[in-house]
Amino acid sequence: MEALENLPATVGYGIVLGSILTLGAVGLTLIYGIVRFANFAHGDLMTLGAYVTMLFTAQIFPALGITDNRFGSLSFGWIFLLSFIPAILITGGVAVVFDRLVYKRLKDNRVGAVMLAISSLAAAFVIRSLIEILWGTDFHFYTQGLRPMMVLPLGVKLRPDQIFIIATALVLVFVLYIFLQRTKMGKALRAMADNPDLARVSGIPTERMTSLTWMIGGGMTATSGILLGLDSQLRPEMGWVLLLPLFASVILGGIGNPFGALVGAMTLGITQQVSTLFLSPAYKPAVAFFLLILILLVRPEGIFGGE
Amino acid sequence: MDDVVRILHYLAGSAITASIFGIFALGLNVHWGYTGLFNIGVAGFFAIGAYTTALVTTPLPSGTAAIYIQQAIGLDLPFLVGVIAAGLVAGLLAIPIGFLTLRLRGDYLAITTIGIAETIRRVFNNEEWLANGADGLDIGQPLRNLSFIPPNRYNFVYLIIVLIFMVVIYLALERGIRSPWGRVLRAVREDEVVAAATGKDVFRFKMQSLVLGAVIMGIGGALYAHYAISVNPSDFSPMYGTFIIWAMLILGGSGNNKGAILGAFIVWGIWSGTMLVTRNIIPAMWSARAPYFRFLLIGLLILGTLLSRPQGIRGEEKQVSRML
Repeated sequence: MEALENLPATVGYGIVLGSILTLGAVGLTLIYGIVRFANFAHGDLMTLGAYVTMLFTAQIFPALGITDNRFGSLSFGWIFLLSFIPAILITGGVAVVFDRLVYKRLKDNRVGAVMLAISSLAAAFVIRSLIEILWGTDFHFYTQGLRPMMVLPLGVKLRPDQIFIIATALVLVFVLYIFLQRTKMGKALRAMADNPDLARVSGIPTERMTSLTWMIGGGMTATSGILLGLDSQLRPEMGWVLLLPLFASVILGGIGNPFGALVGAMTLGITQQVSTLFLSPAYKPAVAFFLLILILLVRPEGIFGGE
Repeated sequence: MDDVVRILHYLAGSAITASIFGIFALGLNVHWGYTGLFNIGVAGFFAIGAYTTALVTTPLPSGTAAIYIQQAIGLDLPFLVGVIAAGLVAGLLAIPIGFLTLRLRGDYLAITTIGIAETIRRVFNNEEWLANGADGLDIGQPLRNLSFIPPNRYNFVYLIIVLIFMVVIYLALERGIRSPWGRVLRAVREDEVVAAATGKDVFRFKMQSLVLGAVIMGIGGALYAHYAISVNPSDFSPMYGTFIIWAMLILGGSGNNKGAILGAFIVWGIWSGTMLVTRNIIPAMWSARAPYFRFLLIGLLILGTLLSRPQGIRGEEKQVSRML
């Protein structure tokens, strides 16, 4: 009975987790749909974005003598928001560099998608060990001090930061949706996801579009990592442990479908969180795994069809 | 003279670990090298093997130990029974996993195998009643208390035991892979549709390959546990339990059993060699982060091999039937 009383609060936190997953999953599904392989380095790109933000908020901006005040009851000020820009650019840039140096060359050698996936697993370990070398393995926080809760109707308790997380995720997904549906570049990307050969003969610069995909995917994922760091703490495995729910979200929503990724990520976030009412939180990845198996057995093409 | 023996004893210790990883690489070669099963959950079968032998060979704790140590079973049986049980349990576990995953595309199979390995590790970490949770279990070593083997010579004995297992597995695999059965596996790897069109039951062959590889990994896990004289959930991390084994197979040459063993010895040499280097060269301030330079090196090694020599050092041998 106690479990049921906590249900609204748990679902509320599930939506926060789902929002964080959404940004990661949207990037992953674009890369999966357009570049066509399972990017196992995605979780670690997320971690990179979170750490680059910490570098700017805690070191670079203060060293430049720039300081700020918190926004009302949020735990951060405008420096934190400003740090999104270098974090997105650097993480997206690292993703593009890996594509140019590794994935593109492997593709030119006619290596299959599975070998590309293995190389991305190696890339994941390269990125994570660099983070561990540069920042160590201790936990880090963006800000110290208490972060008070707000009580919402139905006993949902959220911190103001968490409402910021939900809002940021929804806004970014909406912007991406407009970009993909309304702009010429977005249409070109969708055409590539649909049929790469046809896109190439229609004059779409597929190579430049591939780099753009990595940039957008990496940038979205960086934001996801920053929001995860804001919600809890930063540690080197923070992104890697989310790899399973990320892939489950992408497959549930249909590969290459950003809107599907949103629905998938919310489903995964809420399910994982509700499971903690009955199971140890340590089993969250296992819950994501069983959900993934269920999806693959029942509807492997995802709820919205996908590719 | 004593120094020479001490150095040899140390090298024997390294050779033991390298040979055990050679066994894992042989198991992964069955999955990936010969059948094309993209298993990145080696750590799961590794853990099952290690924990099985721990539960089979140790007695249930009694007296004061029972206050601190919890384990679901403790059969107190000999080493060899533990190793065989480890192979059997890992193989049996592979059957339901196969039913769930073997019909999936390669990349989906990979994602689910990560999930399986992670779930297994978390079960052992959290279920204290099963095998003492995060603290793990201590286990014994075979032939340890014989009076004519002093403790500072023991590595030589265990090295012989491990080498026997490795050589037997190697010879059995070489035989299997040159048989008609082995040719079907490679046909499945190259083109499932063609294999199915010639009347082969692709799912059944994949299942046999998954189970065989899992048995080998389970045996490797048991041998590892008895050398480490303990099992602990942190041994089965994705880096140490899976990724380094992939590095060995890719570097040595997937689809080549000699290559798998060679890769295991080279990567283990780099791994333990750089431990000495990082310990002495890197300034003290950074020494806590030294292990991550080695992780970085292993990651770069895989990327470098894939880019410059994707077939590995040895590459796959052309295998023709003896009848031709």
